[in-house]
Amino acid sequence: MTLTAIIFAGILTYLTRMTMIALISRDMLGDKIKAVLEYVPSAVFPAIIFPGIFINDFGTFIEMNDPKIFGALVAVIVGYFSKNIIATILAGLVSYWFLIFVVFN
Amino acid sequence: MLTKKQLFTRGMLDISPHMLSVIPFGIICGAIGVELGFHPYLVYAMSFIIFGGASQIVFLQLLSGGASSLVAVASVGIINSRHLLYGAVLSEYLEKLSFIKKLLISYVVVDQGFAESNKFFKKNRSEEFLHYHLIGTGCTMWVCWQIATLSGIVLGSFVPEELGLKFAIPLTFIAIVVQDLKKLDHVIVMITCGLSSLLFFDAPFKSYIIISPVIALFVAALLLRLKK
Repeated sequence: MTLTAIIFAGILTYLTRMTMIALISRDMLGDKIKAVLEYVPSAVFPAIIFPGIFINDFGTFIEMNDPKIFGALVAVIVGYFSKNIIATILAGLVSYWFLIFVVFN
Repeated sequence: MLTKKQLFTRGMLDISPHMLSVIPFGIICGAIGVELGFHPYLVYAMSFIIFGGASQIVFLQLLSGGASSLVAVASVGIINSRHLLYGAVLSEYLEKLSFIKKLLISYVVVDQGFAESNKFFKKNRSEEFLHYHLIGTGCTMWVCWQIATLSGIVLGSFVPEELGLKFAIPLTFIAIVVQDLKKLDHVIVMITCGLSSLLFFDAPFKSYIIISPVIALFVAALLLRLKK
């Protein structure tokens, strides 16, 4: 029963991956649409970033002094200047840990 | 001109820093599935059949919370519909491939792989075997995801919850978009998407994940019109 649902979910997911790659040809997308598609990373990833920071495991907003906001800000600053993915992730995590384990403990 | 092997390796290298967040997340994902009471084989089958991080957790949470299979499947489809946008962007670079190759390569298109390969594609348009970069990012992600979720299933949640490693996920995506903060138009699009995602967070089927990009792309289209 559950396996059937997983298979359907898998087929659906595969279709979302395959449809535009396999069934759309270059000529079907006009220059205007291509120009808008340039923004796809900026238009999609904040929908993963913002809830990951501002909404907790129970689906409610965090307090304004939550360590995650500080960690995210540090990650943005370090990422902006270092252009390094590992440095960005570590800076965010370490500053977050510093707050939860050292400061707020 | 880079060889297929060089491009594949480059893809592997470009995505490997993201494993810092993907591997803990995969372990958590596998452990949660077992904790929620699902058979280990089913939890693993999802990593192979669906192969989509957040959507797998949502799927299990909905089912264990008593939602119908239909609702759970619909949620996975909606959460993963963002791949349609990735596909539309990538199709330009993959159009020379045969239909079969397109069908195969589609299976390994994931968020971080799309982001890194898209950056590489933009800078190296003239390369003949560009798609090997995408295969490199996708396969690295696939292998790490399988290993990570399997370890989570077998060993349980050996990543201490207090560490809050789920927070590494937004950090990974910050690393992906942070350089675009230099461009005002991109900043406006990002803020639109981010605020919309908070505003629509409670929309049914987790649809905020596709509603907010659509709103943000609409704003992007308006910005392009203003620029002219």
